[in-house]
Amino acid sequence: MTTELARPAIGTALTRLDGPAKVTGSAPYAFEQQVDEPLYVYPLQATIARGRITGIGTSAAEAMDGVVAVLSHVNAARLARPKDSLAVIYNQAEPPSVEDGELSILQSDQVAFRGQLIGGVIAGSLEVARHAAGLVRVEYDAQSHDVSFSPDREDFYAPQRVNAAPTDSEQGDIEEGLASAAVTVDESYRTPMEHNNPMEPHSTVARWDRDGLTLYDSTQGAHVVQTVLAPMFGLDPEQVRVISPYVGGGFGAKGMPHAHNVLVVLAAQLVPGRPVKLALTRQQLFPLAGHRPPTVQRIRLGAGSDGRLTAIAVDVKTQTSKVKEFGEAAGAVARMMYAAPNRRVTHRLAALDVPVGSWMRAPGRCPGMFGLEVALDELAVASGIDPIELRIRNEPDRDPDTGRPWSSRNLVRCLREGARHFGWDERDPKPGARRQGDWLVGTGMASATYGANTIPGSRTRIRCHPDGRYLVQIAAADIGTGTWTTLTQIAADALECPVGAIELEIGDSALPRASVAGGSTGISSWGSSVYSAAAALRERHGNHPRPGTEVEIEMESNPDAERFSLHSFGAQFAEVHVDVDTREIRVARMLGVFDVGRIVNPRTARSQLIGGMTMGLSIALHEEGILDPRFGHIVNQDLAGYHIASNADVDEIEAIWLGEPDPHANPMGTRGVGEIGIVGAPAAIANAIHHATGRRVRALPITLDQLL
Amino acid sequence: MEVGITLNVDGRRRKLAIDPRTTLLDALRERLGITSPKKGCDHGQCGACTVLLDGRRANSCLALAIAYDGAEIVTAEGLATDGDLHPMQRAFIEHDGFQCGYCTPGQVVSAVGMLQEVEAGWPSHATVDVGAGDVSLGDEEIRERMSGNLCRCGAYANIVPAIRQATDARDPE
Repeated sequence: MTTELARPAIGTALTRLDGPAKVTGSAPYAFEQQVDEPLYVYPLQATIARGRITGIGTSAAEAMDGVVAVLSHVNAARLARPKDSLAVIYNQAEPPSVEDGELSILQSDQVAFRGQLIGGVIAGSLEVARHAAGLVRVEYDAQSHDVSFSPDREDFYAPQRVNAAPTDSEQGDIEEGLASAAVTVDESYRTPMEHNNPMEPHSTVARWDRDGLTLYDSTQGAHVVQTVLAPMFGLDPEQVRVISPYVGGGFGAKGMPHAHNVLVVLAAQLVPGRPVKLALTRQQLFPLAGHRPPTVQRIRLGAGSDGRLTAIAVDVKTQTSKVKEFGEAAGAVARMMYAAPNRRVTHRLAALDVPVGSWMRAPGRCPGMFGLEVALDELAVASGIDPIELRIRNEPDRDPDTGRPWSSRNLVRCLREGARHFGWDERDPKPGARRQGDWLVGTGMASATYGANTIPGSRTRIRCHPDGRYLVQIAAADIGTGTWTTLTQIAADALECPVGAIELEIGDSALPRASVAGGSTGISSWGSSVYSAAAALRERHGNHPRPGTEVEIEMESNPDAERFSLHSFGAQFAEVHVDVDTREIRVARMLGVFDVGRIVNPRTARSQLIGGMTMGLSIALHEEGILDPRFGHIVNQDLAGYHIASNADVDEIEAIWLGEPDPHANPMGTRGVGEIGIVGAPAAIANAIHHATGRRVRALPITLDQLL
Repeated sequence: MEVGITLNVDGRRRKLAIDPRTTLLDALRERLGITSPKKGCDHGQCGACTVLLDGRRANSCLALAIAYDGAEIVTAEGLATDGDLHPMQRAFIEHDGFQCGYCTPGQVVSAVGMLQEVEAGWPSHATVDVGAGDVSLGDEEIRERMSGNLCRCGAYANIVPAIRQATDARDPE
């Protein structure tokens, strides 16, 4: 559907338009919006993992100077059922039976996981609110809990769906495919509980007044928050305004409202007219802001002596919280990645007394491509075929899952260009064969993929200014992705004017409705919407519309989305050094080659890609949330205990792209670059570690004790 | 109980009354409305709150405001003078050394403070000869010295060349 228009702005490496505001720190994030006479709410959290609250002693807290109120299930307003966040995000019908016990806080005396919100103290200052929260005495009738995830459990069940993906799928006959194979792999791969940890903790400032509710919120989707929360408080969506011009990272954790949003609104409801501020602490983020659930993936591959796959079976076991179901769809990627006549994918969940899982960058695909791509490396070793060649031999000519043709699939080009840039041909495949001083050296690779999706329904308003400039309004979000800049570039080309003639407004639910910044759909969806509005402006008002002329329309749907299989692809390469004695692991070099459609802005796109690869490195070597089975809490719930990659962890890292526009994705030919960088990166590092040491590690994170 | 203190922030003298438990970071953000330093962890683990405190980089979340009565504080906002960005800030923009921007003011201030430490000959874990008293600022030194400032967007690979550019511009060889 790409029309051949001139695109002088798209493709230029503009520096970020919000750059000066960000390097000086003057860009206002949610908690920094200046409001008059704010109050602060400090959360109360459950200190048991399951049971009921039998008493809540608030008198000492209430007696403190500066305390306004103590909120708990005893005095909180009754809430109506929230809308289902995923249904809102994907424009789907409400699922009939899904309860959202994550958001329905303070509605009973029940405790469903340790760290759950059970109240809050409202006070005139942060210090007083926090001190008083420590004075609240909560008594519990604790019941036995179960937070132990293991593939050996006997209570796994098949959910209706996992995230948005089907639970199970089957083609051909797996057992027959494995029986006829010359080489097989049958191993289990594990990924841990991981936490998004955006640098800006989830924060909201809420003010409840006669006109309704105003939220300054750190969110990836102003309209998601508005639509989900409004009915809980008996408000029409229009009565809830969500303002979020700057968001300090999200990586999925801010893709939908979480319980803290509800707490701060309950607090604001008690003190009409007064703004109430809530910023979760870093420790509170771990149980309250979503996480990637752990997975165990049993992967069975069968291949002929020529390396062609005869069977791919991926059986995923993962966990969900009991209060809100969320499944990590780690097997979904095996449905479309490689050709094989016999194929099976299943997902099973164990419902535990654990915090609520949610999206984390490349949900499903990131852990799924760890398992699949390490398994493929094992198959390559077992069959004596170069891992790149093995992948090329299993390239499907159409989507094996849907049977649809690819909109474009250039995985093989990514693999070959990557091999050339990385120097893959010089590689001796023998493990443990290279040494530099005290370091064992190894290289590894993996494929990457991510869906190139567009969410329909976004609207854009364009108004013509007297000076020939255009005001472009859409409630899109910039969570660091570069939207302020890239959507301005797209608008300039859509309206055939210089970038300087565009005044963009985003990050406010009072603007025309927009979809979430999630699933790498942002620019595809919002850009399509801007193109539709620009076309409508020209169609209705000609090339020289009068000042004051305005159009607002919903984006056109893309019929190609139903006819083609739209995915991005990539090839990830890593060189690791492992200390001979201590087994310290260093990633000396990473290269990603990506097939992600047309690039709107090479500067910001490269940042997103290497940023994803850096998080992939972090997941490969550092990240693991550890639940204590005795108490149900996350033991390492801060940045000293839960390590994320620091500057010294990252050495050479580079991302390049093919730049070939996708003719079927959207009017820009783009595909989204926010998530694919993380996909495959942990597997490339794991495979490089095997090459360096001969040790095959099938569980993340890979720490030196696994190599001793 | 409130206590009166004076803070000199970005060249301006500010008198304020604080709860003695107030951190320097909260005093700046919640009392003075100076939100350039960010709160990422409140435990000195992420560096988003970095300011120059009497000339040296410090995590303002680990400092109690009452202990710094009369102190000179420079935030990222104060590094820019008369509307002109500091060379470090320009280099961060040019190299796209950030995405979401939340760790950025801390990174920028930390980088400026770090260069002063290098000039003073302070060694780091990456320094080969810690007794030399003269540090050559290679990429490995920059990475090590900037590892107190976490960036979840993963902009490290851009932050290092940004700092190198700002350093080279300052000290033409």
